[in-house]
Amino acid sequence: MSTAVDPRSPAVRIVLAACSFVAHTASIVALLVAWELFARSGKVTMFMLPPFSAVAERIWSDAVGGKLWMDLGLTLYRTFVGFSLACMIGVVLGTAMARTKLARWFFDPIISIGFPMPKVVFLPVVILWLGVFDVSKIAMVTVEAVFPVVTATVLGIQGVGHELIWSARNMGAKDRELLWQVLLPAALPQVMTGVQVALPVALIVAIFTEMAMGGFGIGGVMMQASRFADSRGVFAGIVEIAIVGYCLVQALAFVRRRLLRWHQEAQAPSTV
Amino acid sequence: MRAALIRYSPLLILALAWQLISHFEFVSSSALPPLTDIGSAFIDLLKSGDLQKNAAPSLYRGGVGLLLAIGFGTIVGIAMAWWRPVNVVFGPLVEAFYPMPKSALIPVTVIWLGFGDGSKILLIFLGCMLPVIIGAYNGARSTEQVLVWSARSMGAGRLRMMWDVVIPSALPEILNGIRTALALAFILMVTSELIVAREGLGNLIGFLGANGSYAAMYAVVLTVAFMGFAADRVYQLAAQRVLGWREAALS
Repeated sequence: MSTAVDPRSPAVRIVLAACSFVAHTASIVALLVAWELFARSGKVTMFMLPPFSAVAERIWSDAVGGKLWMDLGLTLYRTFVGFSLACMIGVVLGTAMARTKLARWFFDPIISIGFPMPKVVFLPVVILWLGVFDVSKIAMVTVEAVFPVVTATVLGIQGVGHELIWSARNMGAKDRELLWQVLLPAALPQVMTGVQVALPVALIVAIFTEMAMGGFGIGGVMMQASRFADSRGVFAGIVEIAIVGYCLVQALAFVRRRLLRWHQEAQAPSTV
Repeated sequence: MRAALIRYSPLLILALAWQLISHFEFVSSSALPPLTDIGSAFIDLLKSGDLQKNAAPSLYRGGVGLLLAIGFGTIVGIAMAWWRPVNVVFGPLVEAFYPMPKSALIPVTVIWLGFGDGSKILLIFLGCMLPVIIGAYNGARSTEQVLVWSARSMGAGRLRMMWDVVIPSALPEILNGIRTALALAFILMVTSELIVAREGLGNLIGFLGANGSYAAMYAVVLTVAFMGFAADRVYQLAAQRVLGWREAALS
């Protein structure tokens, strides 16, 4: 809200920032310490719960050896291709459904039935059609991730105020101009919310398909490790995925703040 | 009736197209078996009892995991909104684990609890808990201060106030969180059973697919998909009833 310069001295501000950082990470650090101590206490075996230091060591050696980057790259590639397709299809379809009767008539029941369905059960069918390689993984990601984007886009565009549309029309906006300069920007906050829901979904499905079909990627490697009773590998995968998921969600929140800088929500304090 | 027919006619058109495509073998009938074959396979599965035998453990796992998640998640979420220390401890953990794909936990739950019900229930519990916590937290935090003050000044104790003021006013958001959790429960149930299980609907799908009985596989896939859809609809109707007093009060 306030853009006024903070009157406190830089040193005080740095200390305050450090304090809030410590308060924010304290419980995560405590969790890691508890993990380490519990694993070393001898109450559980190395197989049930390897100590965090051993897991971190494993991640480090994978990172140095380059294996981590290849698997991470594959997982992110599948996630992002599927996610981008879902965003494009979702926005186009959502816009069409919000603006034309025919599209709404045809797709509305399909979306309203498809959204609550657990679409991952179609995995064997998708394997049957597209094989076990990247195409079927990306198809699964797209199918799961497209629904939140479509519903958010429909709601967003339907919610654009009539005054805005009438004013634009009155000033001589053509259909295309109306769409690009009025409808889509006005619907952007809701569309972004849908996109923010879709990204973790895309990552979940990418990892699940890798687990079910193999083919490297973080999910595939975790499943491999699990089959060989290599629990350090399994836990390394979990830590990697947790970090990647956190970074992706934070990155998308950053993109939202940049894209919606002009919107009033940017001035309001964030709630999440 | 007629309105419903017009509304759902696109689905009928799709079903008809499906039947025609597989009937005239535009694609191989193993990739897309005719709907009629799938129907008869469904009836065979019902008659042999395979479907019921596998649906029972699946629904048991999903139900127990979801109920535990609802109970625990509501308590933690409300506690986070009302006691600062709880928020300081749980807040960053929730924030860190929310974006984490829960399917990644499948191998770990198997390492801890084996191949049976326990590992699936734990997975569903962990996965469903976070949306419930976030719903309860956001709902409880946005309780109107005036209501809280009135309850306090009329002499309500802390617990009494939670029960009579905070929970009812947080209810819409809690119910919304539970709806997300319900969808997640189905997803986690099926994925965990597809990957490691000896019984359950997900396992049945994998088994039939590996055996090449594709019509039966389609039958089970469609059954699970429909169950997820039906559970969501029933839940929404129930939630509307639960929130009925709210609409009445608002209108």
